[in-house]
Amino acid sequence: MTNLLLLIPVALLLGLAGLGAFLWALRSGQFDDLDGAAHRILFDDDDKPTQEPPPRC
Amino acid sequence: MPPGSSSAFCCSGCEAAYQLVRGLGLTSYYERRCLDPAVRPLRPEEDDAAVDYSAHVHDDPQTGRSTLHLMIEGIHCAACVWLIESLLARQPGVLQARINMTTRRLTLVWTSGASDAATIIHPVLQVGYRLIPYDPARLGSDQLKHEKELLRAMAVAGFAAGNVMLLSVSIWAGHFSYMGEATRTFMHWVSALIALPAVVYSGRPFFRSALTALRAHRTNMDVPISIGVFLTSAMSLWETIRFGEHAYFDAAISLLFFLLIGRYLDMRARGRARSAAEHLLGLSAAAVTVIDSDGHRSVLPPSKVAEGMTVLVATGERVGVDGRVSDGESDIDTSLLTGETTPTAVRPGDSVFAGTLNLSAPLRVTVTAVGERTLLAEIVRMMEVAEQGRARYVALADRVARYYAPVVHLAALLTFLGWVWLTSLPWQPALLIAVSVLIITCPCALALAVPVVQVVASGRLLRHGILLKSATALERITAIDTVVFDKTGTLTLGRPELERDGGWSETDLMEAAALAATSHHPLARAIVRAAPPASPSPGVIEHPGCGLQWGEVRLGSRRWVGAPDVIDVTDVTDDPTGPGGPELWLARPGVAPIRFAFTDALRSDAADTVAALGKMGLRIELLSGDRLPTVRGVASALGIDRWQAGCSPAEKCARLAELAAEGRHVLMVGDGLNDAPALAAAHVSLSPSTAVDVSQTAADVVFQGLRLAPVVEVIAVARKADRLVKQNFAMSFLYNLVTVPMAVLGMVTPLIAAVAMSSSSIIVIANALRLARTRPR
Repeated sequence: MTNLLLLIPVALLLGLAGLGAFLWALRSGQFDDLDGAAHRILFDDDDKPTQEPPPRC
Repeated sequence: MPPGSSSAFCCSGCEAAYQLVRGLGLTSYYERRCLDPAVRPLRPEEDDAAVDYSAHVHDDPQTGRSTLHLMIEGIHCAACVWLIESLLARQPGVLQARINMTTRRLTLVWTSGASDAATIIHPVLQVGYRLIPYDPARLGSDQLKHEKELLRAMAVAGFAAGNVMLLSVSIWAGHFSYMGEATRTFMHWVSALIALPAVVYSGRPFFRSALTALRAHRTNMDVPISIGVFLTSAMSLWETIRFGEHAYFDAAISLLFFLLIGRYLDMRARGRARSAAEHLLGLSAAAVTVIDSDGHRSVLPPSKVAEGMTVLVATGERVGVDGRVSDGESDIDTSLLTGETTPTAVRPGDSVFAGTLNLSAPLRVTVTAVGERTLLAEIVRMMEVAEQGRARYVALADRVARYYAPVVHLAALLTFLGWVWLTSLPWQPALLIAVSVLIITCPCALALAVPVVQVVASGRLLRHGILLKSATALERITAIDTVVFDKTGTLTLGRPELERDGGWSETDLMEAAALAATSHHPLARAIVRAAPPASPSPGVIEHPGCGLQWGEVRLGSRRWVGAPDVIDVTDVTDDPTGPGGPELWLARPGVAPIRFAFTDALRSDAADTVAALGKMGLRIELLSGDRLPTVRGVASALGIDRWQAGCSPAEKCARLAELAAEGRHVLMVGDGLNDAPALAAAHVSLSPSTAVDVSQTAADVVFQGLRLAPVVEVIAVARKADRLVKQNFAMSFLYNLVTVPMAVLGMVTPLIAAVAMSSSSIIVIANALRLARTRPR
């Protein structure tokens, strides 16, 4: 029982952390262009990445 | 075009594009890209009007940056995205150039003052892509917001469902081995803590929709879902407080999770529907050159042009206003409005309309109507009226919900009353049993039945280059019994092609191409397309309405060239269309004049498609805005009995109304702007992707490529999808038939409910996947 009292909150916290990460990714626009993201990994540019963050929609 | 020597290019535009790409060291573009032969190739269009980009730029004085949003046409693979982004990134002053491949939109940010919009995007235009500016605040933001909301709700529901299921499995295991009441209640409380806030957050889309329907005194699918989820959660909470044995938190939150997945997939499969406003924007983004009484020229947006002003329309420019020609003679391409491929000659006093293309010579036009009052705007308005009429179609799933909801609620009520009266059970356990009836009849499978089939069908059609724009398109297609075709651009390829009838030799062709290379006239363009690449002769003079002249050599209409009349001609006019179709004559000194004949070629499989549709039991009709002899020829070539020529957009709509009054359901296939109202008025409509944008918007389905076979494919897939949807409904009802008696008798526990829900959903999804397998032909 004491194990449960510790483990269940830990599991919940980890779950919440995962959820928080997903919602952050959603808000920063990472799910707007799934097709483009799939293809971009194949670009081999030597250019420096731009300093500016991606635009808010 | 493959990289090579300059003679390997079809035109100077393409050569310049290649030089630009090579000069910037981006030739790996050619190795990377995948050319789809069925899609129209990229070609720098010289007849695109100059667009005023600066009107759409947002300047932010605080950060010192300027932003411009553009829609891009011509992207067909990732290499294009890479090329455009690389081209733009190399421009000085550019801070960011990022393309969203899904929506084909470009966001461009640069340092204000370092450069201006037109200079930055010039290389992209040179390579051949079309860029149209738009205002992001107005377009598409509603759907994007809704999609994000669904995704967030789905994420929260998924997180909660996973954790609650974790606890539920422990509880179920505890039924078989010893689990004390204290532990079980503790687990129930933790489940409640996770599930209840999640239900409140994730259920919002359903609750909102249910409330809207109830206020309108209707029910849709969301009403039983909302009631079920709410009662389940409430009852489970109450059981938990009472140290009860069964709590259904996992059922409630898992139900929401599955439904949200279905909704999200459905929304994504529908694609980004572009609104009519968006495209009118594109067509009218062109600036208009106004000439004052003292000859001073200014460039104005069409909204600032008033009636009575004089507008200068340059060669190759689209006319931006309705008006009357005051000075100049030229040929006008009216295919956008009438569907005719042969240009019309205009003289002072003739009317011209917004949206048409000026081909040969500059014109001065006195404005008679502008903006909302043009013929163009009239057509779009007709279309919007028709679209609203169509929005009243009620989807099958909602119609099923109308019966489903009352029946389920009645069953639950009767169960409750039955247990209380017939067996004198206290009302709490009776309520428990009644709610378990509600849960077990969960519309999980029912709500998934249609969306899953839709998603699979859309995916399969997309692989064939067919885009479903409307969620109810497939349903409506199964109801049709008549197919109405437009001619130009739909049954035909939409442009004149040179006929190889043996009347001329290759050297004749090359000479003609040398003269024709600089002209915008569609017949001249057709010659250039058919000829091997040739460099244009310098000093060619174009006489509008007549032809081209280079020294002594003439290429043009029969009269002007001085060719002898053909024997069986009954009326001789200056019309470049001779008997048997459009023609050009090449006259050189000392040589007999040579005739080039053109036809608007039918699509390669048009006849086969018409035959296949006939075999499906559909009646075929042809409605065209083109002239009688041409339409008659096409109808007889394809074996279509019912046809009409010279139809205006209003006449096409009238014919569709006649058919509808007869009780027929019509599938309309068309492409020109003159088809747009008809496309919106028909029961369901298709459009080739080479169509004018507004027509693509009005149509329910858009298909790519040069063939007509997609029409048959869409109908076949729609019929199969309909069969599968009916099977899915049947299976859902069967499942209910089996489980409802169990629930009424009080035999259902949360474990059984979870297993039943999941298995029914899986069966429905698996059945829908049968659509994805294409049977080998």
